[in-house]
Amino acid sequence: MTILAKFSPLRDTYVSLKGQGYDPFQLSFDTITSPTEGTLNGRPVLLLGTNNYLGLTYDPACIDKAVEAVKTRGTGTTGSRIANGTYEGHAALEASLARFYGRKHAMVFTTGYQANLGVLSTLAGKGDHLIIDADSHASIYDGVKLGNAAVHRFRHNDPEDLYKRLRRIEGEPGDKLIVIEGIYSMMGDCAPLREIAAVKRETGAYLLVDEAHSLGVLGARGRGLAEAAGVEADVDFIVGTFSKSLGSVGGFCLADLDGFDILRVACRPYMFTASLPPSVVASTLEALNQLELQPELRLRLRANAQQLYSGLESLGLELGPHVNPIISITMPNPEAAIAFWSRLLEAGIYLNLSLPPATPNGRSLLRSSISAAHTPAQIDRAIATIAAIGRDLGVVPSADMSETRLRRSVAE
Amino acid sequence: MAQSAVIRRNIVESLEATVKRPLEIAGNTKIAADLGLDSLAIMDFIMELEDRLDLSIPLNRIAEVETIDDLVRTIEELKEDAK
Repeated sequence: MTILAKFSPLRDTYVSLKGQGYDPFQLSFDTITSPTEGTLNGRPVLLLGTNNYLGLTYDPACIDKAVEAVKTRGTGTTGSRIANGTYEGHAALEASLARFYGRKHAMVFTTGYQANLGVLSTLAGKGDHLIIDADSHASIYDGVKLGNAAVHRFRHNDPEDLYKRLRRIEGEPGDKLIVIEGIYSMMGDCAPLREIAAVKRETGAYLLVDEAHSLGVLGARGRGLAEAAGVEADVDFIVGTFSKSLGSVGGFCLADLDGFDILRVACRPYMFTASLPPSVVASTLEALNQLELQPELRLRLRANAQQLYSGLESLGLELGPHVNPIISITMPNPEAAIAFWSRLLEAGIYLNLSLPPATPNGRSLLRSSISAAHTPAQIDRAIATIAAIGRDLGVVPSADMSETRLRRSVAE
Repeated sequence: MAQSAVIRRNIVESLEATVKRPLEIAGNTKIAADLGLDSLAIMDFIMELEDRLDLSIPLNRIAEVETIDDLVRTIEELKEDAK
């Protein structure tokens, strides 16, 4: 018996998972060569699960800026901003984000995870209330756990349920902060933000939207769901990440609220961690610039998402309710998901295997994320490969089966 | 019926609704360890229970709860606070 004994049940599950195919948690690419390609075990693999929505990881301008920064500013900051000071890049990135979103204040974090950890644990203190969507990302769950506020959970994407839960705590003192996401990372569905904003107004709560998966994806200027839904004025705090559409790493929080900067000396996950290295800051700044310079990336992303969604839908596969760059296929059970995922990998297609309890409603998912950098030919190949393996495994009915039989077989 | 009995009945019904099978439950039954509920299932069970009792049971109050008796006590405290 060691200190690790408590992990035996988890170890058993993990070992049995690994025994069924590749290890989905320790997949190791030989190389990554472009936003959509790499090699695995010496063979080429199409990347269809990397959240690289705009494909900017290999953008020449972003690479040039990162190279220039690493040469002139060094490889790292070797500490936090409160200890080692703010570099001009950190301030420029915050100014650039604030301008892009039309907000007064911006605060940059070292990862998107830390942005949620810091913002949620600090904004809502003892006696306050956090009201979070049931399908929130782990960083939101961990962020609310780190703080001292009361945490209430409402049914996923259900504004009436949110309202009901706010009414239950109506008379209680303390501020109330509603937390939702622009695009949910597992099923790729959007929050009904207009209705949620109406609940926010009626109940006097604050509203925070995590645009991690919707920055650069939704809205006329790519600001995310709040822009697309036309309710930016109702959103008090925007959280996001640089590690998806901006192709680097880091997180941020934006607000108009006067005095917001006090968080810089109150928010521990901001204060006590090393700040972003200059090269990351430089490529992120340029990626934000490219996001604005190249609106066609967003259009291509949408077209690509539509192509994959329609292709998979026509196979009779069960997908999420909205056509977004995250497209998840619901598998009948974990075993089918693992087998399907492993076969796809052998056929040179990488996407994400998502299993309960990390998924909503105990679903087993093959989660793909599309990029503007994917070509229509790559997407066609992915659909054809998914169709062939799916038929072989009995998850996709053979082409001559009727719609009814098809649905039944998926349900079973 | 005494308040604690009502709470207990609602707990059992909510648990059964969550796991979708009848359960043998005692006061010292451990919700996670004995019933095999993972973290998500526990939160879903609490959500169901909140609706049955028309009471908010904050997640941070659940962290300390291990057994059915613990949960009954926590809910009684919450009801007391709400008065």
